[in-house]
Amino acid sequence: MSALEPAALAQPLASDGPPTLTKQARAQNGHRPARTEPAAVRIALTLIALAFLGLFIGLPLLLVFVEAFKRGAAAYVAALSDPDALAAIRLTLLVAAISVTANVIFGLVASWAIAKFEFAGKSLLITLIDLPFSVSPVVAGLIYVLLFGSQGLLAAPLQAWDIKIIFALPGIVLATIFVTFPFVARELIPLMQEQGTAEEEAAISLGASGLSTFFRVTLPNVKWALLYGVLLCNARAMGEFGAVSVVSGHVRGLTNTMPLHIEILYNEYQFGASFAVASLLALLALVTLIAKTVLESRLAEEEPR
Amino acid sequence: MATATASRLTFRKPSVIPGFGLTFGLTLTWLCLIVLLPLSALFLKTSELSFDRLLVIMSNARTLHALQISFGLSLAAAAINLVFGGLVVWVLVRYDFPFKRVVDAIIDIPFALPTAVAGIALTTLYAENGWIGSLLAPLGIQVSFTPLGILVALVFIGLPFVVRTVQPVLADLDAELEDAAASLGATRGQTIWRVVLPSIWPALLTGFAMAFARAVGEYGSVIFIAGNLPGVSEIAPLLIVIRLEEFRYADATAIASVMLLASFVLLFIINRLQHWAESRGGRER
Amino acid sequence: MSARFPFSRLAAAATLALSLAAAPALAAEVTLLNVSYDPTREFYVEFNKAFAAKLATDNPGTTLTVRQSHGGSGKQARSVIDGLEADVVTLALAYDIDAIAARGLLAADWQKRLPDNAAPYTSTIVFLVRKGNPKGIKDWNDLIKPGIKVVTPNPKTSGGARWNYLAAWGYALKHNGGDEAKAKAFVAALFKNAPVLDTGARGSTVTFVERGIGDVLIAWENEAYLSINELGPDKFDIITPSLSILAEPPVAVVDKVVDKHGTRKVAEDYLKYLYSPEGQEIAAKHYYRPRDPAIAAKYKDKFAPVELFTIDQVFGGWAKAQKTHFSDGGVFDQIYSN
Repeated sequence: MSALEPAALAQPLASDGPPTLTKQARAQNGHRPARTEPAAVRIALTLIALAFLGLFIGLPLLLVFVEAFKRGAAAYVAALSDPDALAAIRLTLLVAAISVTANVIFGLVASWAIAKFEFAGKSLLITLIDLPFSVSPVVAGLIYVLLFGSQGLLAAPLQAWDIKIIFALPGIVLATIFVTFPFVARELIPLMQEQGTAEEEAAISLGASGLSTFFRVTLPNVKWALLYGVLLCNARAMGEFGAVSVVSGHVRGLTNTMPLHIEILYNEYQFGASFAVASLLALLALVTLIAKTVLESRLAEEEPR
Repeated sequence: MATATASRLTFRKPSVIPGFGLTFGLTLTWLCLIVLLPLSALFLKTSELSFDRLLVIMSNARTLHALQISFGLSLAAAAINLVFGGLVVWVLVRYDFPFKRVVDAIIDIPFALPTAVAGIALTTLYAENGWIGSLLAPLGIQVSFTPLGILVALVFIGLPFVVRTVQPVLADLDAELEDAAASLGATRGQTIWRVVLPSIWPALLTGFAMAFARAVGEYGSVIFIAGNLPGVSEIAPLLIVIRLEEFRYADATAIASVMLLASFVLLFIINRLQHWAESRGGRER
Repeated sequence: MSARFPFSRLAAAATLALSLAAAPALAAEVTLLNVSYDPTREFYVEFNKAFAAKLATDNPGTTLTVRQSHGGSGKQARSVIDGLEADVVTLALAYDIDAIAARGLLAADWQKRLPDNAAPYTSTIVFLVRKGNPKGIKDWNDLIKPGIKVVTPNPKTSGGARWNYLAAWGYALKHNGGDEAKAKAFVAALFKNAPVLDTGARGSTVTFVERGIGDVLIAWENEAYLSINELGPDKFDIITPSLSILAEPPVAVVDKVVDKHGTRKVAEDYLKYLYSPEGQEIAAKHYYRPRDPAIAAKYKDKFAPVELFTIDQVFGGWAKAQKTHFSDGGVFDQIYSN
């Protein structure tokens, strides 16, 4: 009875963790009558699932693009080449780049400590890493204001050194790192836990250094989970609204990120322009997500194991 | 993976792999700087309130109602995602249909789309003159600006969490077990109920809890569609914002702290649950 | 470069340096941050251009960049309190600037430093209804009739909504012989007719105009005109009630910030220019009622005549109104707790 397989250990399909199972299951898919449902049931279930997805995800997505192009392609281009829009796009890309880098480094370091060693209080540590995920974005912004605002706990030293954190780039970056904090780590930890320590132990006992073990053994094993984490983290970093809204100050052309710019345009009754910028973000997300799926399946086919 | 009981007595089980001190230290430091220190500011601010004042704030009818809306609707949304998310996973993993990869990819859209955009798009769709709202209006169903609208937004943002947690587990499920069950004469329904469901149950539960945790704090997508009537469709995060705009920081942080504690307890339970599932699975293997 | 007149050279350099120090704000490039509330965006875009042009002609070589930040008035005030370095604030109500002053960022008597309570332009509260006014809404008492759906933002988060609320209260008070209990019942009935409370004035306009919710939108006069112009003159009518409130959106220089940036002179000139005929004209163009009698006369046809009362007359000032009506457990909370 392996009713409780390490089931919660989420991992992407393409990982070559416990080998063969995935591909075997896939190869057998639909070939054995005992393992599937009658065709009518299959079709019905597929249609229900697709209808649900269409209603909740497809339609909102479609609406964004329809509204974006409602006023024509020229208006679309004009909305995106507006200097304030360009400034917002630049700022968003910069913030996302910094936050993703920080979270990749943290994710790798943290998952090494958590997955490769057994120690007391591990559940607590994982919970703390997960915590930002369930903190309301509003609260995420608020805590940095409480800390770095001019009424905040660190107001005096910051003013003495004339360091600006909130209503400037550092504050926006910090809030973004906070809300995307768990995403890389939580992709890596379960996979690395499942892969165990045997390969690393073997490498070490053959005389490899810790660092080269990490780069030669561990990293290749988790690269797809890492990529997946990076994509999620990046998408979330570019799209974060609530937390950034609290610490940004909304100064046009200076501290407005794309989501904030979208809100501003919407509030200026420039619905077309607002949806145009929104569609750009949605498009970016779509392309990365499809690229990810394609990459994954390529990898699954390439690997003979 | 078997954990000897003795190892629990020491802080760390010995290992030949190097780098524990360094990585553990870095993890803790970074965690403290980015997460724990800022969050402690929240509790510090809340502690400015006397206990009596805290009680008054938390027992205020409006606060209670906002918390009730946030937690109640999040629970409902997570339950809907548990059922339909589970179905979506089943279809994605077990069946083939055209454009499956595209469908698989767009599951993450709610996660990647800025919440404000999601809110604006959903409100436009479900308003009485929207694509869906205009179909529902003759039936007397109003979605936008009612608690039902909040539910729609919360289902939207929670879906990827259920799907992405369950999907890999179902994909990796040992096919031999189902074959064995079938060859022993189990019907398809029995196999799914007795073999498949118990295996993916922990993942489903984790996804459910994640969708719930995410929904409780959601702000951007909800405020557009909610209507924001106090006591009817006002969510707890909005009440925090309202308190802030009244320059009542301590009140805002009090509500925030309570929500934060609830999330922490919830997440801790999820992680214990996973740990328990892992160790049981490990021992029996 | 001979050393023939070293002292005179030095003196010249010193004079130059001194003159620069005396007017550091007017040297070459100046940036101002104007933190404002939602409905002023379009107005300040035009005003900033006009002021920058004037500054460039008066002080050749000077280029001015005015950065804008817009949002709900309360939220903007909070940002300034928390460290957003605004050289000037132009908010929806005096209470929000008072809150900034209470944190020591500007002098408590800021409202005395400029004419007309530091409010260079005024507005009032009017109704936006669907074309042809199908529900026959003429005045405040039509809004509490059963079946009328009223759209207004939440007074707790929106400055504009507080003006809406107070205007309704003032009307009810006058028509009930000053009976506070009846005024409260009137306002309660009005909010009972509100199906949505958006967090900001712009959100409410979108709800009414784009979503088609409600029979009447209670709005700033300038917002009502703007939304008609932007979103469809053929779809809406503006109804001016018999009595409304004189809304005075105030402006102020933030002392602490301009002293730190060395921008006091430009910031003060910027606000004074709001009172100039040019500034008043731009304000009138954007449907703010000008203070200048000459400009007001010129744009007389643009604004419907309406009997106006001030917040000081009926409520004894912002601090008192805020405390009685919008504080925790105040009248607004009582309306919603029943």
